[in-house]
Amino acid sequence: MMQAPLSPADRLGRGAVAAAGVLVYLFLYLPLVILVLFSFDTSTINGWPIAGWTLSWYQKIGLDDALLAALRNSLTVGLEAVSIAVVLGTLAALAIHRYRFPGREVFLFMATLPIVLPGVVTGIAMLLFFHFFNIDLSLTTVLIGHATFCIVVVLNNVLARLVRVPKELAEAAGDLGANALQTFWHVTLPSIRTAVLSGALLAFTLSFDEVVVTFFLTGRDNTLPMEIWGRLRIGFTPELNAIASLVIAVSVVLVIASQAALREQA
Amino acid sequence: MDVAQPTRLATPSSRRELPAILRALPLLSPSLLWLAVFYLVPLGILLLHSVWSTDTVNMVIVRQFTLSSYQSIATDPLFRDVALRTITMAVGVTLTDIVLAFPIAYLIAFRLGRLKTLAFMLVLVPLWSSYLIRAYAWKTILGLDGVLNSFLVAVHILSRPSPAFLYSNLAMFITFTHVWLPFMILPVYTALEKIPRSLLEAAGDLGAPGWRTFLHVVLPLSVPGIVAGAIATFSLTMGDYITPQLLGGPDSQLVGNVIASQFGVTFNWPLGAAFSAVVLVIVAVFLVLANRVGAAGTAR
Amino acid sequence: MSNVPVSIELRHVARHYGHVAAVNDVSLSVGRGEFLTLLGPSGCGKTTTLRLIAGFETPSSGEVLIEGRAVQHLPAYKRPVNTVFQNYALFPHMTVHDNVAFGLRMKRVPSDERRRRVSEALSMVRLEGMERRKPAQLSGGQQQRVALARALANRPSVLLLDEPLGALDLKLRRAMQIELRTLNREVGITFIYVTHDQEEALAMSDRIAVMSQGSVLQIGRAEEIYERPTSRFVADFIGETNLIAGRVVSVADGVAGVHLHGGQVMQAQAGGAGREAEVTVAVRPERIRFAGPGETTEGLEGIIAEAVYLGAAIQYVVQLPDGSSVTVRRPAGDEAPRAAGAAVRLTWDPRAATVLTS
Repeated sequence: MMQAPLSPADRLGRGAVAAAGVLVYLFLYLPLVILVLFSFDTSTINGWPIAGWTLSWYQKIGLDDALLAALRNSLTVGLEAVSIAVVLGTLAALAIHRYRFPGREVFLFMATLPIVLPGVVTGIAMLLFFHFFNIDLSLTTVLIGHATFCIVVVLNNVLARLVRVPKELAEAAGDLGANALQTFWHVTLPSIRTAVLSGALLAFTLSFDEVVVTFFLTGRDNTLPMEIWGRLRIGFTPELNAIASLVIAVSVVLVIASQAALREQA
Repeated sequence: MDVAQPTRLATPSSRRELPAILRALPLLSPSLLWLAVFYLVPLGILLLHSVWSTDTVNMVIVRQFTLSSYQSIATDPLFRDVALRTITMAVGVTLTDIVLAFPIAYLIAFRLGRLKTLAFMLVLVPLWSSYLIRAYAWKTILGLDGVLNSFLVAVHILSRPSPAFLYSNLAMFITFTHVWLPFMILPVYTALEKIPRSLLEAAGDLGAPGWRTFLHVVLPLSVPGIVAGAIATFSLTMGDYITPQLLGGPDSQLVGNVIASQFGVTFNWPLGAAFSAVVLVIVAVFLVLANRVGAAGTAR
Repeated sequence: MSNVPVSIELRHVARHYGHVAAVNDVSLSVGRGEFLTLLGPSGCGKTTTLRLIAGFETPSSGEVLIEGRAVQHLPAYKRPVNTVFQNYALFPHMTVHDNVAFGLRMKRVPSDERRRRVSEALSMVRLEGMERRKPAQLSGGQQQRVALARALANRPSVLLLDEPLGALDLKLRRAMQIELRTLNREVGITFIYVTHDQEEALAMSDRIAVMSQGSVLQIGRAEEIYERPTSRFVADFIGETNLIAGRVVSVADGVAGVHLHGGQVMQAQAGGAGREAEVTVAVRPERIRFAGPGETTEGLEGIIAEAVYLGAAIQYVVQLPDGSSVTVRRPAGDEAPRAAGAAVRLTWDPRAATVLTS
């Protein structure tokens, strides 16, 4: 569509930026495309060209009990961590947004740490913590680790949205006779609903994908990334390509779902 | 310290107001307790371990104050090399990601109309696909039998597949750059999105061609996004041990795996804890510097 | 028009968005040093027209000429005009000095001269000494003046202003109107001003172009627009007006006799209407008076439905036999006020009423 007039230099600049953008996108997607391609490769070596096409690796996944158990564990931990995070994180965001209390800034700073500090530090700190109190490592310790950063993710997401909600809405509700609880339920909650959702979605994917911290907190039962990591250390098996492709497919679905959920609020 | 102030909601002034902290407490305490117990206390215990030592004979931790772990770190040249290599890698990856992130962030924020959401989702997909999987993918690309070698041999740039790509600092660098890139794109995009379009028109009105508008208006106003992305990429690289183990060579040890290895067979937990503390300090310094740059950029 | 050199010219300029024409075949020329206002309601195309001159939009057809040179394909940064934006568009990360100096930097003016010209521009808008402040530290009025200074520092031959006073309170707005007019007269820069406020337009402009739905309906000096509107829209948009329907029964010497549907034949400026044409007579409330007893038997008969005391004037609503009403405004001290229910005859000077065919 014709907008502002452009000089030839402008046009060149725009073309260059567009080309650069496309190249970076290609860079982002190259590994993903390769993985998906090779997941159908009959050859067990990830070499080019592709030897033949098969679905056998996908079928093998269905028979792989350890993998399926790990998947179940990841889903369980993810859902539980997100459940905890949604409740704790949303409540905390409301408290921070609504009240100015001593220590508010400190708490906010503390709430960025789990994201900002390297995962290895968090993982080790928690390992030492559990060891100190003689708590065995298990899926529960993994859950605690995941829930910690999930809370923070949801908190920051909801807080960012709360800041953008015009405060006149709550005032109008009060003016019309709603008490604090009613205002929250009828006015505040609907306006943050999608922030809670997108925070939850983001937290879930972070938990599902988590390796760095989980490594230190895992006991006997593996999450999916830990199971994959274990196999990678041993050697390559072609099912890994298939698992990887499935994970990519799930991410695509989640991304589309989250954008659809967000659009209704925008 | 903030003075307690009443809630923003309309409340009858006849009711005596509780101080804000008490009103906030019911909402805040679950998270506060959780983070205190499961995050702050562990960090404290980490610091505690860093000033303890290991009895390697009996495989037990000696809970007595000593600075021996820190001393080893300070004196051992190996640790210094590793730290330097890691910091260099982290800075390099950060700078590269800034450069790579801009075209996409700029396109999505300014140039794409109806394609905006699609382009944005295309950035999210790699972000939400497992990190482990993407690192592993580079292994397949860069390996001896991998796609890169096959391609280079096919176009006769190489006569034989080269082992130089995988298990090297280069492999780690490429992997890090790739894996953290979405973490840079998103904050930069958010910052660009906030720039009012009228500022760009004003710059043009005052005689600035496209690239000068970018230099003088867009770039300075995108600094907060760059800072946020830089903090992410730096911190992530500083603590990573997965990529070095998957794609690094024998000389490619990073701080992350040195730390991680203390918790394996070595069982030198105090040393690992001390190292973690050092990493914490490095990241904290970077955070302060980055925020200083960010503040300076907007205040200038 | 006088022989003033032409500064800006638009020749059959149009701007379409899909099927919608935001600007529809607009042609006008602006003399050097003139203060021209584009006046109209929201969506009439006045801002789009301004942006076409500034270079933020390309016309779908037609030419934009600045000092005789066709510039419609030139991007904004290559055009010798400067814009004052509605929301000021000050660069938040730069000081006032850097904001005002920006255009000079783009032209690579050396820093000493830059500093001088920034001072000069700031004193023109009476903001001396504010160089080191940041926009966020200024009030709305101050920000507006920085935006003005930023444009003026470049000594443009044409200044484009897009509703710059909209965000200011009334008193400040009036003060700024005077300042802008003074600037225009003293410095001799051509001003093209966009507003929807007709009082503002009448107060400040040399000429006004009234726009509606992408077209210029009428362009002329304030009195022309006010006294001799050429369309219902213009008559209605500027000031208050009575629009009375009727049919032309005679035309002589430029004066038409119009048989108003309300009853009588009244006279008005013909303006090119022919006999038997169905027209509207536009006459301002303050130009209508009550015919005294013993005066001509002509006059529109009616009954006063309402009389409102406005302080300086009394406003009457007079109902005509066919049910329609006419507003009459008389100065308060001049005559005895009349009460509701009184029967009156309305009359006016033919030169004060205009026949409108559209």
